[in-house]
Amino acid sequence: MSLIPMEYYLILSAFMFCVGVAGVLIRRNAIVVFMCIELMLNSANLTLVTFSSYLGNSIGQVFVFFVMTVAAAEAAVGLAIIIAIFRNKKTVNIDEINIFKW
Amino acid sequence: MDQNLLLTYLLLTPIIGSVLVLFFKQEQKQLIRWFGLAISLIAFVISLIIYFGFDQTNSQFQFIHQVTWIKSLNISYHVGVDGISLLLVLLTTFLTPLTLLSTWKAIEKNVKMFTFSMLFLEVGMLGVFISLDIFLFYIFWEAMLIPMYFIIGIWGGERKIYAAVKFFIFTMFGSLLMLVAIIWLAVYASSLLGHFTTNLIELYKVGPTIPHEIQSWMFGAFFLSFAIKVPLFPLHTWLPDAHVEAPTAGSVILAGVLLKMGTYGLIRFCLPLFPQSAVNFAPVISVLAVIGIIYGALVSMVQTDMKKLVAYSSVSHLGFVVLGIFAMTVESVQGAVIQMVNHGLSTGALFLLVGVLYERTHHREISFYGGIAKLVPLYSTVLMIAMLSSIGLPGLNGFIGEFLILIGSFKSAVLNSWWFTIFAASGVIFAAVYMLWMYQRVVFGEVKNEELKHELTDMNLREMIVIVPIFIFIIWIGVYPSTFLKLTEASTQSILQQVGSYTINLFK
Amino acid sequence: MINLIYLTTLLPLLGFLINGLFGRKIKNEKVIGLIGSATIGISFLIVLGAFIQTLGLPIEERSNTVNLFPWLNVGGLQIKFAYLVDQLSLTMSLIVTGVGFLIHVYSIGYMRGDKGFWRFFAYLNLFIFAMMNLVLGDNFVVLFLGWEGVGLCSYLLIGFWYDRKFEKGTTSQAAKKAFVVNRIGDFGFLLGMFLIFMTFDSLNFKEVFARAASFPVAESTFGLIALFLFIGATGKSAQIPLFVWLPDAMAGPTPVSALIHAATMVTAGVYMVSRASIIFASAPVIMTVVAVVGLLTALMAASIGLVQNDIKKVLAYSTVSQLGYMFLAAGVGAFSASIFHVMTHAFFKALLFLGAGSVIHGMYDEQNIQKYGGLKKYMPKTFLTFFIATLAISGVPGLSGFFSKDEILWSAYANGGFVFWLIGAITAMLTAFYMFRLVSLTFYGKERFDHHNVHPHESPALMTVPLIILAVLSVVGGYIGLPKVFFGEHGNLFEGWLEPIYAPAMNKLSLYGEHTHLEEILLMTVSVAAALSAIFFALHVYRKNPQIAENISNKFKGFYNLLLNKYFVDEAYEAAVVQPIQKGSEKFLWKIFDVKFIDGIVNGVASLVENSSGVIRKIQTGIAQSYALIMMAGIALVLLWLILSL
Repeated sequence: MSLIPMEYYLILSAFMFCVGVAGVLIRRNAIVVFMCIELMLNSANLTLVTFSSYLGNSIGQVFVFFVMTVAAAEAAVGLAIIIAIFRNKKTVNIDEINIFKW
Repeated sequence: MDQNLLLTYLLLTPIIGSVLVLFFKQEQKQLIRWFGLAISLIAFVISLIIYFGFDQTNSQFQFIHQVTWIKSLNISYHVGVDGISLLLVLLTTFLTPLTLLSTWKAIEKNVKMFTFSMLFLEVGMLGVFISLDIFLFYIFWEAMLIPMYFIIGIWGGERKIYAAVKFFIFTMFGSLLMLVAIIWLAVYASSLLGHFTTNLIELYKVGPTIPHEIQSWMFGAFFLSFAIKVPLFPLHTWLPDAHVEAPTAGSVILAGVLLKMGTYGLIRFCLPLFPQSAVNFAPVISVLAVIGIIYGALVSMVQTDMKKLVAYSSVSHLGFVVLGIFAMTVESVQGAVIQMVNHGLSTGALFLLVGVLYERTHHREISFYGGIAKLVPLYSTVLMIAMLSSIGLPGLNGFIGEFLILIGSFKSAVLNSWWFTIFAASGVIFAAVYMLWMYQRVVFGEVKNEELKHELTDMNLREMIVIVPIFIFIIWIGVYPSTFLKLTEASTQSILQQVGSYTINLFK
Repeated sequence: MINLIYLTTLLPLLGFLINGLFGRKIKNEKVIGLIGSATIGISFLIVLGAFIQTLGLPIEERSNTVNLFPWLNVGGLQIKFAYLVDQLSLTMSLIVTGVGFLIHVYSIGYMRGDKGFWRFFAYLNLFIFAMMNLVLGDNFVVLFLGWEGVGLCSYLLIGFWYDRKFEKGTTSQAAKKAFVVNRIGDFGFLLGMFLIFMTFDSLNFKEVFARAASFPVAESTFGLIALFLFIGATGKSAQIPLFVWLPDAMAGPTPVSALIHAATMVTAGVYMVSRASIIFASAPVIMTVVAVVGLLTALMAASIGLVQNDIKKVLAYSTVSQLGYMFLAAGVGAFSASIFHVMTHAFFKALLFLGAGSVIHGMYDEQNIQKYGGLKKYMPKTFLTFFIATLAISGVPGLSGFFSKDEILWSAYANGGFVFWLIGAITAMLTAFYMFRLVSLTFYGKERFDHHNVHPHESPALMTVPLIILAVLSVVGGYIGLPKVFFGEHGNLFEGWLEPIYAPAMNKLSLYGEHTHLEEILLMTVSVAAALSAIFFALHVYRKNPQIAENISNKFKGFYNLLLNKYFVDEAYEAAVVQPIQKGSEKFLWKIFDVKFIDGIVNGVASLVENSSGVIRKIQTGIAQSYALIMMAGIALVLLWLILSL
């Protein structure tokens, strides 16, 4: 089996990551931002799997499971927060949630 | 009882007292007052025991008690006294009960917290005077700021917050520089001794060997911190505000003891740790001191507020002390030490007396008064004595200090010029002007203000009990200063020898 | 008795404490007065005993030290609280306690009924305590203790009637002025002490003077020391330029003026100069300064005295003038003559003031001599004693003032020169004139007071007896110092008595060139004739023809006003010194420098921090995305840097 060169995976992963970053930075909807964070996590997962497979080492794949668990937990907590915010503010628009300053 | 634990007991008394105060109920005002007074009196008794056990001929630190604290940094709880610090400890424990007694009627708001703050303040002040470890010293130095901040900020006058914050920031600014210098010094010591140390006695050997340039920076940092506390011109502007806004007890302690921490620091740290820099900078510092003497007096002269007048007079008096310290002769340094006590007594008394008036009329402006000699003859006499002590009349305490400082600075080899003394001595004239003028406007003449006739009553027994002990010492120091001069003589000699052995030979 | 000398300070102190602490409760004026006077009386007896005992000792043993306790022991400074009992201090002590006692007795009558009676006696006793320390002190510091102490008492007593008006201001202003001007002098004195300590390594009289005579010290150093000390003396003894306080000091009760501002305290400067004679003698330039200042003061004050209308003011300027004489004497090296004049002056000037007090007392507190006149018949005893004192001060031969004044004038001629003598003689003439003007306007001529409201009366015996005693002293006091020219070396007992004190100074000074007896007698005759003619002129003008005085004053209007306003010295000081310092301190140092500048810097730093953080704060938008964006930018930058640095 001719291997697809590692670079392909990595470039895809980098691309996904950038999409995620851009989404986090640019989008105003909290849910979209949240999805973009998931995208970034998954791009990282892809990188881990790629290296694991090419180096013949299973640690990377084990790590992916951890990340997925954390991501799931994060999704649960994050969505709960977003719902809580929505209840208070009637919006999930990030521009209007600017209570970070004193 | 183990002699060496006495200082720890002394320190523990107000600590325990202040904690116990917290268990009282807020309404038990009278009980809290008596309790605070009792605690401070116990501390005074302990300090007397230390005084009588003290060997005056010995220039070394005595009653040393050392317990390892932070082992990895070689920091220890290390306390001890020499003659100079013992004298200031006595001043502190002497003034604290008197100030507590003076607030019997004046403080009604949150007596519990006030008594707590005062006792806590006493801990800080005592700690500063007895610490033999710079790290420990620094902690007490900073700790004492907190209760003072609250005393000004909670029980103060109209602009109390401004004054409290100003006081805090000024002092904090200097302290941080000092902290840097302390660490630098300790690190330097570790490169020399092979271990990090903050033990003052060890550092006495390290300090003078530091190369000149580095020493100057360290000296500068320490000096700045102390100079703000003194306060030396031109770093004095926190003082009038703090004094005016502070309650009477706060002003008394502030003038009586807190300012002495600055001058004490100069004697205890700046001179022996950095002798070469101290000698180098002595003329510059003395110029500032002399400016402070005259400037303080002149500005004091034109004040319209009695408390502010006394506050600026402090700037003038402390100028004398700084001049005495940096003239570095036995006479002048001894004079400076005795002048610290004198200033504590006479300015303390003046603040108490202004407080007595304020309690009755709630006015501090000089123009409000006039002719009160007729209404309150006893008060007028008492104020006269306090004033005379402050202007340095021979036979009272102020003269002894000023005379020794001036005669010492006149022949000082370090300053090597008469002009310091000549200008400083002119402060004697101005002191008479501002004090007598104030006295004349407040006490003499016709009673201008009808209000006064109803409000003003003469000193009561409690106020006399507060003021008479101070007067006893005012006269005692004036007539027979040997009691006090002997106490500090050996220590002064040894500090000057430390300076002298590393610089030019100051002693023939 | 010498060893008991400390009682002479202890007793007045005790009197002060008793009257001061319990006087308000005692209330009984007799008891208070008795305590006050008795302590001084006993002190006088002790001093007298010590004096007699010292007289019995051989000359070498007449100087004794009484140690009390160590006072200031620091480093090289070893100051004992000790008294020096020698010829000079005994002389001064006798004057202080003797005249002091008489004035205390007088005050019992004078101050009767005053609500501050107890306070008055407490202060007077405190004054004697301080004054005795001043004259008895065995070193400069004890002297200084007394020096400042008498200044304090003077302050307290000038402002004694603290609620009264005095001239343009209040008595307490006069009191403050006295204290402050004195302090200017004390400043000089302090510096003098420092320089002495630095030069001779001691402040003890005996040590310092012994070393001054033997140490190789530069003349300029002596000059500086002497100058500083003399500044001190000008303050205390009211000489140019610090004389301005003494006339104002008349705000105090009259016995105070007699005791403090005529007989004792103001002579402290003369005493000090004379005590430190060896130092002054080693600085010839300063000696000349002392003489010239004394001379000018004498002349100036006498000229002001010519036109004053307040009875006490005239006497005050007369005191300044006589003090000038004493300094003239000291300045030309006639130290014993200066102390001699201190003594005779204490007698007749105290008498004059007490007499003036008696007049004021009898005239219901009126002090303007233009409103007196013809009082001779109402108060015969006062008149007689006052007249004797006037004769004495005018230098009429046979009375005490003549002997001391003549000795001074002769020394001024012999050691100073003709000009010194001439000005001195003119001053003597002026003195005779204004004193007889005073006498004429007060006791002779038309009665110019309001007969309905004022009923002049003689004072009680308690006041007149001291007057009579002082009058006797004013007459006979001079006979212990008879002129050498008539009575030879042994005539001047006073000089012989003090001679050992001044011996070291005299060794340094080369005095008394060749002068003939004829010269001395001639000059004496001239000055006496001048004084006598002045007396007759004054009597002629003010008894019979007051219009002459008016004509003269109208003719020289400008000069008259100048004199009446005391050469505008007070105004000049006010404008040149007092106002600039006060206004400068208030307007510039405090309100601008302190509040605007220093606090401005402090507050400026604070607001700078606040403002800049206000700007930086804007980065903190509160939007998580912008934080993330900045973070990304940061990461990108770091990455870029890493890549570029590869």
